[in-house]
Amino acid sequence: MAEALATPLVPADYLDLFDPMRAGADLRGRVVSVTPETTDAATVTIRPGRGWSGHVPGQYIRVGIDIDGVRHWRAYSLTHRADAADGLISFTTKAIPDGVVSNHLVRRTAPGTMVMLDQATGDFSLPRTLPAKALFITAGSGITPVMGMLRNHLNALDDAVQIHCAPTESDVIFRDELRGYAAASRLTLHENLDDVAGVLNLASLDWLVPDWREREVWVCGPTGLLDAAESHWETAGLSDRLHVERFRPSVVEPGEGGIVTFANTKVTVDADGATPILDAGEAAGVLMPSGCRMGICFGCVVPLKEGAVRDLRTGEITSTDENSGDVRIQTCINAAAGPCDIDL
Amino acid sequence: MTLAPERPTTINSRLRVDSDTRRPQRPELKKSGRPNPAAHLTPEQIEEIGRELDVIRAEVMDSRGASDAAYIRKVIKTQRYLEMGSRAALLFSGVKYKGIRPMWWLGTAGLSVAKILENMEIGHNVMHGQWDWMRDPKIHSTAWEWDHASPSEQWKHSHNQIHHTFTNVLGRDNDLGYGILRVDEDQKWTLFYLFQPVWHVANALMFEYSIAAYDLELGGYLVKRKRMSEEDKAEFRKNAKATVAKIQAQMTKDYVGHPALAAATFTGSARHTLTANIVANLVRNVWSNTVIICGHFPSGIETFEKTSIEGETRGEWYLRQMLGSGNIHGSKAMHVMTGNLSHQIEHHLFPDMPSNRYAEIAPKIRDLMERHDLKYVTGSLPKQVGSVYKKVVELSLPPKREGTTRRATILRAAKKALAGKGGAGRRY
Repeated sequence: MAEALATPLVPADYLDLFDPMRAGADLRGRVVSVTPETTDAATVTIRPGRGWSGHVPGQYIRVGIDIDGVRHWRAYSLTHRADAADGLISFTTKAIPDGVVSNHLVRRTAPGTMVMLDQATGDFSLPRTLPAKALFITAGSGITPVMGMLRNHLNALDDAVQIHCAPTESDVIFRDELRGYAAASRLTLHENLDDVAGVLNLASLDWLVPDWREREVWVCGPTGLLDAAESHWETAGLSDRLHVERFRPSVVEPGEGGIVTFANTKVTVDADGATPILDAGEAAGVLMPSGCRMGICFGCVVPLKEGAVRDLRTGEITSTDENSGDVRIQTCINAAAGPCDIDL
Repeated sequence: MTLAPERPTTINSRLRVDSDTRRPQRPELKKSGRPNPAAHLTPEQIEEIGRELDVIRAEVMDSRGASDAAYIRKVIKTQRYLEMGSRAALLFSGVKYKGIRPMWWLGTAGLSVAKILENMEIGHNVMHGQWDWMRDPKIHSTAWEWDHASPSEQWKHSHNQIHHTFTNVLGRDNDLGYGILRVDEDQKWTLFYLFQPVWHVANALMFEYSIAAYDLELGGYLVKRKRMSEEDKAEFRKNAKATVAKIQAQMTKDYVGHPALAAATFTGSARHTLTANIVANLVRNVWSNTVIICGHFPSGIETFEKTSIEGETRGEWYLRQMLGSGNIHGSKAMHVMTGNLSHQIEHHLFPDMPSNRYAEIAPKIRDLMERHDLKYVTGSLPKQVGSVYKKVVELSLPPKREGTTRRATILRAAKKALAGKGGAGRRY
């Protein structure tokens, strides 16, 4: 009945005007505060809508925030206490150079800002039966999912060791809190500061954490660290003890042309940088939606799941990755600017 | 949206303002013998116009931002509150006070405005992709369904694709008179057009349904169905089903659902809510028809021959859009109520530019056209509407020809039609 009265809209479109945070609405949240952690990192605290169904420490959420009118999605690890009475959630992000979203969150987001949210996801978390001995290796903002685990489970962990890497002392996110845990003998902490000790070499585990082979280990940080950890534990024959969380920064380097994959039709085309994706796809036999073929009718719009494209009229780059989610593009005026994954 | 039966073998020439081989100089006269409005421009000048327009476009598109996003969200919010408020008022539309039914008048006026806003400033423009850049899945050309008889998919095909690509090209752009009106001297006269003042008024009153039939290409189907391939027929049936479902949903809402809701207030308002919805839809139909006929039919606006667009560059396409469209000047409120189609010239140059930005580029476009001796057609709403109505009456008659009278031409056509030899049909 309500649908019949609201058509062609849906009742939710009207209800959202009154209560966008209600249970059953698309999940949204309102920023409560943005607190600096270091000069370039800050913790964002959000009141989620009533549809929020909680999280397991270590998991991440995707956050959609409008910047200059454009919605951007990014993934962040949750760091708040899962049982906090205030019902607020929080994550910590570090502003990376040219990072549109991270800079906006750290420096320009005001309390009251409405954001879109996804439910928590990810399997980078502690098992229900906690390990007798745990080791955490983190670098930079890779501390965040582990901080989520420590804040929630440190009391129940009998023996936890953490190695945290940062360029300098002032770059250590949650420095006081980590040192506080160490001072209270709840955590054995090794800070590996690059400017003092150089980049962490995993061979040093043998004397930093002599019993590392007996420990269940969680690693989060840049790709180099994760790759090194994977080969280190594999060499030791202990891959099943290793848990890693990979976060790729959302920076795509556009090129000229690229391999275009039409996943659903299982067609792959090597497209040059001057041919519209529409023409490249059709030439390879993909049944493409099309229209005016000059960029004005929007009849050819399809989701770009991953990759970068260049507008042949203006040179403008549109790019996206796994975390940012689908971006809809006009295939008739865009050419590949790197490998592209099209949802067709 | 079509799935590419007519795939061209080369990349569209309209993607570039220039071309590899020199474009031909435009002749002094069109085939009809009327002067060609762009004959004084060289291909190089047209290319230069194209570049200048590209710069104007880039300036706006690169500066789209939070204030534009706030604008469309505000319009959408306003429209929804207005619609809800009006429908709430109509729940009591049967209540009499001092001899009138105040809630009926209030609700009907509000609902009419809400429907106009939804169709013009929101629906039409969202479906053009003007707001796709925000990446808000709810305000997106691929997702928007409008408060109108025609399903948005079909509208986008006939309007965004056919009309906007082939604007005012005789035989390619069916929007030129919608197949029922002769609005340009270069359209061939037939007996059918003799009665076009009647067709025109009827069309305006039931505009949403005639657009639905038009987007469905119902006329073409009825004429050509015996010659159509099975695939085309299946495609038509699929579209027809979508149109019928859409009309059903629209009618159920306006003429059953909301009157039934009003009945529940026991104020005798069901019947009055029904008439309010009928009137609001009529007001929307007549208003949108009034605005839309001012876009391409007033005098001074040019039409083009099919052959003149072969190998057309973006520069030439821009030129055709400027010469083939006309504006309406008026207040800010008028611009919003027309969905900024009062800036028809700017809209046709850049159909995907957010509508709230047309006003700021209008002086630049006018200056560019006047510098190049091109006529920037504009006028007040009464003037432009009057011009179209005058044309509808004048062009219902055949053109004057040497050696015969108009009366004789009409009589000859009528006799031929009565004898069953055709001649009454509609064609360009």
